[in-house]
Amino acid sequence: MTVETQIVHIKGIKDGLLVTIGEGDWPRAQSTLLSSIVEKASFFQGARLAMEVGNRVLHAAELGALRDRLSDQGVSLWAVISSSPVTEQTAQVLGLATRLSMPRPERSVRPLDTTLEGENGVFIRRTLRSGFRIASHGHISVMGDINPGAEVIAGGSIVVWGRVRGSVVAGADGDESAVVCALALDPTQLRIANLVANLPGKKAVSQPVCASIRNGIITVEPWKPKER
Amino acid sequence: MSATVVTVTSGKGGVGKTTTTANLAVALAAGGQKVVCIDGDIGLRNLDVILGLENRIVYDLVDVVEGRCRLKQAMIRDKRLQELYLIPAAQTRDKNAVSPSDMVRLTDDLREEFDWVLIDSPAGIERGFRNSVAPADTVLVVTNPEVSAVRDADRIIGLIESEEKGPARLILNRVNYEMVKRGDMLTSDDVLELLAVELIGIVPEDDHVIMSSNRGQPVALDPKTRAGTAFQNIARRLRGEDVPFMNLEVKEDIFQKLSRLIRPGGN
Repeated sequence: MTVETQIVHIKGIKDGLLVTIGEGDWPRAQSTLLSSIVEKASFFQGARLAMEVGNRVLHAAELGALRDRLSDQGVSLWAVISSSPVTEQTAQVLGLATRLSMPRPERSVRPLDTTLEGENGVFIRRTLRSGFRIASHGHISVMGDINPGAEVIAGGSIVVWGRVRGSVVAGADGDESAVVCALALDPTQLRIANLVANLPGKKAVSQPVCASIRNGIITVEPWKPKER
Repeated sequence: MSATVVTVTSGKGGVGKTTTTANLAVALAAGGQKVVCIDGDIGLRNLDVILGLENRIVYDLVDVVEGRCRLKQAMIRDKRLQELYLIPAAQTRDKNAVSPSDMVRLTDDLREEFDWVLIDSPAGIERGFRNSVAPADTVLVVTNPEVSAVRDADRIIGLIESEEKGPARLILNRVNYEMVKRGDMLTSDDVLELLAVELIGIVPEDDHVIMSSNRGQPVALDPKTRAGTAFQNIARRLRGEDVPFMNLEVKEDIFQKLSRLIRPGGN
């Protein structure tokens, strides 16, 4: 089944509906989408919607407003697919999925299924507050704090220019050579590969440190550049 | 006149959002400002009780949104302060009765007539929270010096940032100075170190708050109380005044002071 208009294209997919938004300005696209939903209200009632927006840059205000207006119509927006990193980040911040194959953020990270020749990584320049979750098969660096209740899960290593107080998992795909470096380390939980760190209780290590696997246990050591 | 819309929220329940909203409203109105507060906690309304206006509710927020009455009809005027109004929440409906865009429309209608629109957000991060934050010009996050309340405040501050309503400002409520001094309570520095937002007020734990809430007479009406003064100060800071933070130390007499000096740390 296909509803065709110039700018908005709606089709049924395995788990709900996929809306593809073509070229054109955003307010027009949004009103076209909403009016086609209002027209066929009974058909859309309770629908799960994924939205493909191409390389369009959308900010939280726009995406949040659309989500709210959709939810007024009984339609839930669960995913936004975009090739724009800004839009993708917005969607993640709003708790929306950004891939169709990944139904909903889940705790475990699937093992790497591609052979990555080079190293890839993500750079996040903000403090991650409670409830935020960053997951990547590559390395993750954060410029800011990781607060309690936030989660960072990396296939590779994690470097934090700030304090770690939330949960961090390095080498989530099984890489035992992964490390976690931070300016101050007092995590809720720290894991590398399949190991869970035995944390030294309350006293935070408030100097630059590096956690790595040594002789089968996670060891936290002050960062000494000379030894490396 | 163009009002500033202030939303009071917290994430965690029971930290004092409604008390804070009521007291800021009273303090602003007592300072000659025209204030309307909106109870955003549809289904679990409380603000009317704290303000002592519960027996005067005829129409509510949902009646306005659904067109059963005019906005004016739902506004209850306070008897003590002529420039203070309340728009109560519906008790028999839930948060989905109102949408974020309804709230934006509603506050836009109020902006013309008032200096301040205060919205009392419900606990949680769902629809009720989004309804309350959608029209906000500035957001105040209330927390207590407890690990769980601070954790939730952190979450809510993140959500406010992602709704592009930040930076939020913080009210640290129910600080027990005695416990802080003994090292049994988080200090404001501990809380601020984690949350990294601007502090707009510290409210000491004060029995008068509960006593006056039960009577429907917000404590800010009585500036002789410590909590009342703290709320008055926050209202002044909201208006842009530079008010120093009050000394939370409970006054001790000379003998207590001496005994503390003789036995440092001992109790």
